[in-house]
Amino acid sequence: MALIKKKLVVKNKQGLHARPAALFVQIANKFDARITVKHDTERVNGKSIMGILMLGAEKGSEITIEAEGDDADVAVLELEKIINIEE
Amino acid sequence: MIRIKGIAAAGGISVGPAYKIGREEFVVPKQPIRPEEVPIQIQLFEEALIKTRKEIVGLQKRIAVELGQEQAEIFDAHLLVLEDRMLIEEVILRLKQECVNVAYIFSEVLKKYINVFSKIEDEYLKERVTDINDVGKRILHNLLGKERKGFEDLKEKVVVVAHDLSPSDTAAMHKQSVCAFVTDIGGKTSHTAIMAKALEIPAVVGVEEATAKIKAGDILIVDGGTGTIIINPDEETLRTYQQEDDKLKGIAEVFLTAKDLPAVTLDGKSIEIVANIELPEEVPSVKLHGGQGIGLYRTEFFYMNRKDLPSEEEHYQAYKYVAEEMNPLPVIIRTLDLGGDKFLSQFEIPKDMQPFLGWRAIRFCLARPDIFKVQLRAILRASVHGKLKLMYPMISGIEELQQAKKILQEAKKELKSKGLPFDNDIKVGAMIEVPSAAMTADLLAREADFFSIGTNDLIQYSLAVDRTNEKVAYLYEPAHPAVLRLIKNIIEAAHDAGIWVGMCGEMAGEPALVLVLLGLGLDEFSVPPLVIPKVKYIIRSIKLSDAQAIAKEVLKLSTGKEVQKFSQAKLRKILG
Repeated sequence: MALIKKKLVVKNKQGLHARPAALFVQIANKFDARITVKHDTERVNGKSIMGILMLGAEKGSEITIEAEGDDADVAVLELEKIINIEE
Repeated sequence: MIRIKGIAAAGGISVGPAYKIGREEFVVPKQPIRPEEVPIQIQLFEEALIKTRKEIVGLQKRIAVELGQEQAEIFDAHLLVLEDRMLIEEVILRLKQECVNVAYIFSEVLKKYINVFSKIEDEYLKERVTDINDVGKRILHNLLGKERKGFEDLKEKVVVVAHDLSPSDTAAMHKQSVCAFVTDIGGKTSHTAIMAKALEIPAVVGVEEATAKIKAGDILIVDGGTGTIIINPDEETLRTYQQEDDKLKGIAEVFLTAKDLPAVTLDGKSIEIVANIELPEEVPSVKLHGGQGIGLYRTEFFYMNRKDLPSEEEHYQAYKYVAEEMNPLPVIIRTLDLGGDKFLSQFEIPKDMQPFLGWRAIRFCLARPDIFKVQLRAILRASVHGKLKLMYPMISGIEELQQAKKILQEAKKELKSKGLPFDNDIKVGAMIEVPSAAMTADLLAREADFFSIGTNDLIQYSLAVDRTNEKVAYLYEPAHPAVLRLIKNIIEAAHDAGIWVGMCGEMAGEPALVLVLLGLGLDEFSVPPLVIPKVKYIIRSIKLSDAQAIAKEVLKLSTGKEVQKFSQAKLRKILG
């Protein structure tokens, strides 16, 4: 089983809040892989809206997405797209 | 009798007894369970989740049919919370570890999240707390096997008073049982305010001490248009409001018959009846009430309750939506009108001694072309999606109008250089709300494509009355001869120059004065969506020539009271 880790910088001007957070969780839930998101010392389930919101990742902050499972590579690619949306 | 003020969230006047909704706490008894009972508890939890999901989806479908897809989307956030894996996993894990009833554990986990989110300084997250609360309560009710007591059960017409109301609470309110609502917190753009507007239930939010000052059963007058609540009014006040209310309700039905008919006088003069709106969400209501366009789209809310400035894209998306939805009907966007009684939250605007005479509206925009141009570019870009016009607030002389138009030209040039399309012939109007503008309307008419008379400010400036000051509020008279003469002057100057004149102040929706304004030659009446059928009905009930005769008579009278009395009598005669 693949374990993929990727460090990313949040580009969205709202940070990982509001719509981007909801979008992130909706996409994450489409995959079987276990998805974890790290920011500073917090580590949360990437499929949980409460978790993502609790991260409080502002624009410009660095997060790490970890995905473990058969579809991990696709999952990380898709989630990266959301992190990269600027508006 | 006590008067309290809040934020006017949804217009209309209602009188009724206060029905208080307490802040529901999650008080769930803690009961130990045996380890072998854990699977049963998990099953109970899952069943409660499924039942809650069904409830929310059902509610969402109902709202989609009744209020439209956009309102229904609010519940998407609820479903996300409901299906939250972290929440579910934490409950199940703790259930196994602690061996106590699942309802108790769930309420503890819920409290934890609400605590965390409440502490984060973020408007969006604060609103999510309401969602979490709302969903949490539904799940708990289902876990405990209790029937959820909703507004569906209210039998008499009440004014709901609460610290806060969840979107599903407001959505479940029926007009048969709730006549108004009042909350301690919330702003003009909170879900509940938007819902209340869509439901046409008068609402005042952000009253701060509403639940502290109002006792259950207190008789309340709620004026959602001004944000005023009167607790236990004296008989005279109550009578005045109630008479007004009954009268309005009695004839509202009759007025509604006119909503889809054209606004044409008995002798064939066509008048435009359009709407005042503040939020794009009000567009369906404009259409529903037969609005022939939007005469005033206020844009201040973009700037309020936030730390950063709205982006051009944000403006653009909203204007594009409204333009497309209303197309081919016209939409007049008023550029930023802040100051006076409306403040920007992100600017430290120095507190003027007399804010209404201070640095506001067009004065602010001309001083800050950087901010002004963002909005102008967005309006221009959106102008290709419908029939947009724009107007500048608080013009006091011709130089301001010229300067504003110059900045508009610059905005056009910027778009051209980027190759972005816009309507080069976009019509530009001036709001006439300062006496100096009213007196020099002939000069301004040379630079404007149309006028819109803003009566709220025109009246307070010409009569020197701060209407937020209770001691002098009685002097605030729309029918004052000075006001009528100014209006007459504005209309005549405009017509001489070949441009049309509208009115977007509250005066345009006062039935008796509609006759006078029609007689004075007003071409367009812009009123709240709910008022459109009424104005149409009145216009359809009179000949223009008779209205002109009324206006002529009224101009000979010497006080506002006489004007009111005279025109009220005429109105009664016309409406039978």
